Amino acid sequence: MENIFEVKDLNTYFGDSHILKGVNLSVPKNEVTSVIGPSGTGKSVFLRTLNRMNDVISTFRKEGDILLDGQEIYDPKIDAVDLRKRVGMVFQKPNPFPKSIFENVAYGMRVHGDNNKKRLQEKVESSLKGAALWNEVKDKIDESAMSLSGGQQQRLCIARTIAVEPEVILMDEPCSALDPISTTKIEDLIHQLKNDFTIVIVTHNMQQATRVSKYTAFFLEGKVVEKGLTDKIFIEPEDKRTEDYITGRFG
Amino acid sequence: MGEDIYEYSADIGKRYFYGGLTLNRIISPKYAQKIMNVVFWGVGILAVAILVIVIGYILYHGLPQINLTFLFTSPINDGRSGGIFPMIISTFYITIVALVVAAPLGVMAAIFLAEYSGENNFVKSIRFATETLASVPSIVFGLFGLAFFVVFLQIGFSVLSGGLTLAMMAIPTILRTSEVAIETVPQSYKEGSMALGSSKWQTIYRVVIPAAIPGIMTGILLGMARAVEETAAILYTVGASFSVPVSLFDSATPLSLHLYNLAVEGISLPNAYGTAAVLVIIILIITVTTNYMVERYTKKMMGR
Amino acid sequence: MARNWEEYIIEKILLLAAISSVIIILLIIGFVVAQGLPAIQFTGFINFIFGMNWNPEYNLYGVFPMIVGSLGIMALALLFAVPLSILGAMFLAEVAPRAMRRILRPTIQTLAGIPSVIYGFFGLIVLVPFMRVHFGGSGFSMLTASIILTVMVLPTILTISEDALKSIPLEYKEASLALGATHWQTIKNVIFPAAIPGVITAIILGMGRAIGETMAVIMVAGNVPVIPGSILEPVRALTSNIALEMGYAVGIHYNALFATGIVLLGLIIFLLVIANYINYKRRVTIGGGYL
Ligand SMILES: Nc1ncnc2c1ncn2[C@@H]1O[C@H](COP(=O)(O)OP(=O)(O)OP(=O)(O)O)[C@@H](O)[C@H]1O
Ligand SMILES: [Mg+2]
Repeated sequence: MENIFEVKDLNTYFGDSHILKGVNLSVPKNEVTSVIGPSGTGKSVFLRTLNRMNDVISTFRKEGDILLDGQEIYDPKIDAVDLRKRVGMVFQKPNPFPKSIFENVAYGMRVHGDNNKKRLQEKVESSLKGAALWNEVKDKIDESAMSLSGGQQQRLCIARTIAVEPEVILMDEPCSALDPISTTKIEDLIHQLKNDFTIVIVTHNMQQATRVSKYTAFFLEGKVVEKGLTDKIFIEPEDKRTEDYITGRFG
Repeated sequence: MGEDIYEYSADIGKRYFYGGLTLNRIISPKYAQKIMNVVFWGVGILAVAILVIVIGYILYHGLPQINLTFLFTSPINDGRSGGIFPMIISTFYITIVALVVAAPLGVMAAIFLAEYSGENNFVKSIRFATETLASVPSIVFGLFGLAFFVVFLQIGFSVLSGGLTLAMMAIPTILRTSEVAIETVPQSYKEGSMALGSSKWQTIYRVVIPAAIPGIMTGILLGMARAVEETAAILYTVGASFSVPVSLFDSATPLSLHLYNLAVEGISLPNAYGTAAVLVIIILIITVTTNYMVERYTKKMMGR
Repeated sequence: MARNWEEYIIEKILLLAAISSVIIILLIIGFVVAQGLPAIQFTGFINFIFGMNWNPEYNLYGVFPMIVGSLGIMALALLFAVPLSILGAMFLAEVAPRAMRRILRPTIQTLAGIPSVIYGFFGLIVLVPFMRVHFGGSGFSMLTASIILTVMVLPTILTISEDALKSIPLEYKEASLALGATHWQTIKNVIFPAAIPGVITAIILGMGRAIGETMAVIMVAGNVPVIPGSILEPVRALTSNIALEMGYAVGIHYNALFATGIVLLGLIIFLLVIANYINYKRRVTIGGGYL
């Protein structure tokens, strides 16, 4: 098994507040890894550190190594823009651009310099198919993305992300704003996507973690308390705190 | 699908490699980013430079003209020599008249809009009227002041006519700033007072207004700045007297108007510089005070 | 009971104060129109608006050159001010580090507060001679006026545009960055397009300020009531027309200056209605937005 991300002794800070405290974690390639844990323990911060989204926040600082295919992603030689092409992100709240469905999916290609109409069309279609959305929107591809339902918007955001062909897709509670049917659709989608992408997903839904992921990491107060095969963690957790959390006896 | 993507990636690589033809982009995004950073900083620095040059120029030439004689004597020979004492007094006099009228009206209107009105057509028309008032060119205020205060009400060219004209200009400024200040008073304050059995007006008077006072003061200061700097609106309402106005019905020449006359008629460049510098200093003091108040106010609000 | 009466009376007094804006604006329109109409009747509406000659000595009152002058100065000023303001707004809202913002905000605010007569004075003493030396002619010109106006409308357009840019939800920005767009691409393709209605409102208000400006323009524009052949020739704006001649105008000439005021008011109200319409549209399309 090959790891795409190697995180070693990661500490992050916003100004004076120490958020992640010595995180060690490997993310296996072409698998789904869940990140679980109570609110405010730094799951989102961890995810946003992996594609340097935290760079936007001026007080952010990190120590330790994050290797993507063996290369430190915070190396000054590495451009965050290039990194984000390789490590895409889907957010908690569906956030399509206030543009047409087509333009939403084409955005990444356009931004990366491809304005060829035919290629754009092919790519938009294949990405929407990849996100299991094509059949629902193929007749209104030029309508505003805002007219879609929440679940459709989230799949559109996934389509938009896979259109850029990242190697890794980070998903921060992608279903928390969605109804159960949309959630099921996205979970099915995650199953398919893992053939082509590595996925790291933050979720508060234990069943979801067991359904979609092969590996799980349990975060608590900025530390990884337990990590490993999902089945193992959920059936026989080693740490008492993990057990308390997954059985709902926590706090 | 996997293959599809693979092919595409390879394709992209090639296109980047061979550049030009299929890749219809002239400069790379990263290069564009670098250029834009330079442009952004250029614009920002340009703005600062303009301010420094304009104010610096006026103060550099004006400050040496300012001394006690200049500040405390009357102009001699149409302003060719002598000082600007009557102009300083006129400016303050007219500004005070304007504020005495505009501040209560503006603040009361703000209270009404923030606390007593819903969003109906009547309120919308009040808002549109205020907005229009805020955008009426100052020379049109001047025309109106001439036709209404000077001629129709027979007040004549005077401090009162000028002050009233400026009051109308200052109302929208005071109103809008005060309204925002009143609206940002936390609902919990009002509820706390209401729960103690206070009436609506008591609540507003004892709780809302005191909490909003810094904002209201800011509005009044902004209105004041508007009155001090205004020239066109008083061009044909205050008259042109070189003596210190005493009564409200005396005519006067405020600083801004005096500067205009000195500069355009080419009467005295040194005195024009001196007058300009005094005007700039007054405006700077008002601006700094306003900023200080806003900063303190926001800090206080954030501190809660 | 007494309490209720007090409350009632206070509410009515506040209402009266609130209505004062409406009364004042109606009075302004009423008086300016009443004083201006005789001149328009005297000259004829078409001849007044489209007349090419303004010559009070011969009772000729055509304001067309001044309309062209006002609009020309405004257009030229906006040509400079709009790009500068939008870039400045982007800089302040998105790019500038904290320290720079702490310098730039008060700078813009102070630029907005400098009296127009000071801008005019500076223009007269510094810019006019500069233009005379480098571009020839008298130095008093449409171009000179619009350069001064650029600085004067910049704070208006910049501040309102900045507010519009800052009101765009962070999620759009993050989505774009996460797709590998550069910061500039994100500003250009996502943040700015979403802020366009606000930016247009800002531009319209800047137009209003430019058309309404009197003192600064009067001191540097040259004030010849003729349509200029080039931007380096002198022009007269509507506002200047009033300010220059009101001092000695009598009879129909006096009315003609008020009529000039009617034209100004008309232009301003027209701009305001458009700005309001755009604001209204924006409110309507929020959520279901399609920009
Ligand atoms: N931009 C920021 N500046 C300062 N502190 C931040 C910032 N973002 C997050 N934090 C802090 O970092 C800690 C971890 O936040 P994070 O969002 O990662 O939690 P989380 O595990 O994702 O929680 P949830 O499950 O509720 O999403 C919190 O205490 C939060 O206040
Ligand atoms: Mg989170």
